[in-house]
Amino acid sequence: MELKRIDANTWEIPKHADMKVPAVIYASEKLLAGVKGDKTLQQAKNVACLRGIQRKAYVMPDAHQGYGFPIGGVAAFDLEEGIISPGGVGYDINCGVRLLKTDYTEQDILDKKKLLLAEIFKEVPAGVGKGGTTRLSRRELEEVCTKGAEWAVANGYGMKQDLQKTEENGRMEEADPSFLSQRALERGAPQLGTLGAGNHFIEIQKVSEIFDFDVAKVFGIHSVDQIMVMIHCGSRGLGHQVASDYIRLMENKFGIRGLPDRELINAPILSDLGNRYYKSMSAAVNFAFANRQMIAHWVRQVFQKVMGSSEGMDQVYDVCHNVAKFEQHTIEGRVKKVCIHRKGATRSFGPGRREIPEIYREVGQPVLIPGSMGTASYILVGTSKAEELSFGSTAHGAGRVMSRHEARRRFRGEKIKEELEQKGIELRSTSWRSVAEEASQAYKDVDEVVRISHEAGIGQLVAKVVPVGVMKG
Amino acid sequence: MSFLRDSYCRSFSRVRMEKYKFFHHTADAKFQAFGQTLEETFAHAALAVASLIWDWEKIAKNIEISVTVEGKDLEQLLVNFLEEILYLLDTRNFLLGSADNVSLEKNDGDWSLHALFRGDVYAGEYEIYGDVKAITYNEIVINDQAPFMVQVVADI
Repeated sequence: MELKRIDANTWEIPKHADMKVPAVIYASEKLLAGVKGDKTLQQAKNVACLRGIQRKAYVMPDAHQGYGFPIGGVAAFDLEEGIISPGGVGYDINCGVRLLKTDYTEQDILDKKKLLLAEIFKEVPAGVGKGGTTRLSRRELEEVCTKGAEWAVANGYGMKQDLQKTEENGRMEEADPSFLSQRALERGAPQLGTLGAGNHFIEIQKVSEIFDFDVAKVFGIHSVDQIMVMIHCGSRGLGHQVASDYIRLMENKFGIRGLPDRELINAPILSDLGNRYYKSMSAAVNFAFANRQMIAHWVRQVFQKVMGSSEGMDQVYDVCHNVAKFEQHTIEGRVKKVCIHRKGATRSFGPGRREIPEIYREVGQPVLIPGSMGTASYILVGTSKAEELSFGSTAHGAGRVMSRHEARRRFRGEKIKEELEQKGIELRSTSWRSVAEEASQAYKDVDEVVRISHEAGIGQLVAKVVPVGVMKG
Repeated sequence: MSFLRDSYCRSFSRVRMEKYKFFHHTADAKFQAFGQTLEETFAHAALAVASLIWDWEKIAKNIEISVTVEGKDLEQLLVNFLEEILYLLDTRNFLLGSADNVSLEKNDGDWSLHALFRGDVYAGEYEIYGDVKAITYNEIVINDQAPFMVQVVADI
């Protein structure tokens, strides 16, 4: 496949064959070499062939092979001619990240670190097969899916101010839980307020470096060694079921003939099925917002109990990593509303966008990029340039380079815990095997990913945080 | 008769075919399952999925759940069948120990599958070490003639 170098960190697959637009990849030579080793580029090309795709198909610096769309894929579709695809969002709908600040320093929590982590581990149900403490009726669950984080706040989890510092204010208005299957609701009912497993985590972190003091201050990050808490999880079985349900419904309705990859199945945005998927997906997005809202509340309660106060534990932001939504973008000089798919990508809106909270509107939105277990995570700020370069999107994490199977063969969970402890990082997990699978060596270098985001201008570095305590699902 | 069955089992075990095998796949779990029949191959694929989350060999077979799924084609049938494991885990904390009596049927172009899941309800006594978000169509392959084989990628 022809790959044209546009500049140091930008590559293009020129439009050819059935492609309706070119595909653009943001990567260093090193990251690109990784991407060439799997099917990412072919998948980006497939996305560029979809009906109604606008401008270009984009691939973020942390991209790797997914299903249908690559992970780290961003694409926008015309509302009349375009499509919506469950494979363009992913199975873990609104898998995302929430960041809380604290006014504690590392020194303040040094002798209480173990206890903080143990208490969080106790309060937040994690791991597969662990139901939540909140048992919901069908009517309540539908309310969660309609109101998202608003439901959680109204029910005593967290504060009103958290909502405005959440993407979509913690609630996608278009959600309609009446389109959810019985199975989706059944899977969701016991799982609200649970972390899940896999790569999901809660981390107590400290700020290790500030790159942009002015922006950091606006985000509530004031000094090196400041303690932060990062929560990474999604919509659990409810979201997974929505994706599986609509892939099946779309296959049965439209057939799979002519699709280069069955996971690219899609429906016209204007079709009944497209509409139902969008509203069901939005319901799953809301479930995930409520989920993170509840977990954040429990984390604050733990700090209150262990440290004596949770004052100053304001939410910095909460971002979606897997979502489709309608946004206005300038395309060929004209502002138009399009259906954006971000699959393993973070919205990265710059100053002035009305979608971002007023307090951040002068500087741009916070972009939260978690690293792998035991490594750094980053806080970036969205840019206006990103709107031109990637429909206002950037990377979402480190991205795996090694299969879980291989990681389990090479690493031992107990050993990893020891190594982390030597670095001053506490670790709690429901399983050693799952710790081995999440070994940082199984991931790309997140430092390189954010550097490319910064250099390409699709998300600028604000601060680096490193873990001091990790709870793995 | 029982002698014959025993000797068959012994000779079978000497050349025992592996039930499933995992492959390198960057972010996910890709496996192939094998069997003497397509039905057995599907049953082994169920064990492969279970093996990503718990050790199915250690699961006591205390309860039985009868499972019926449908599909427009074999691929959809297989995906729906394997999804059943995830659904039962999420809704009933059910851990699969074996998938028995698998039968496949084709009616008017649509497929249906019946199986008996045997296993246990999780109450903290087994190690749960992974998570499977979904069964995907990515790189799905079904050899429905001998040698039987199915290939599946699970999103984990």
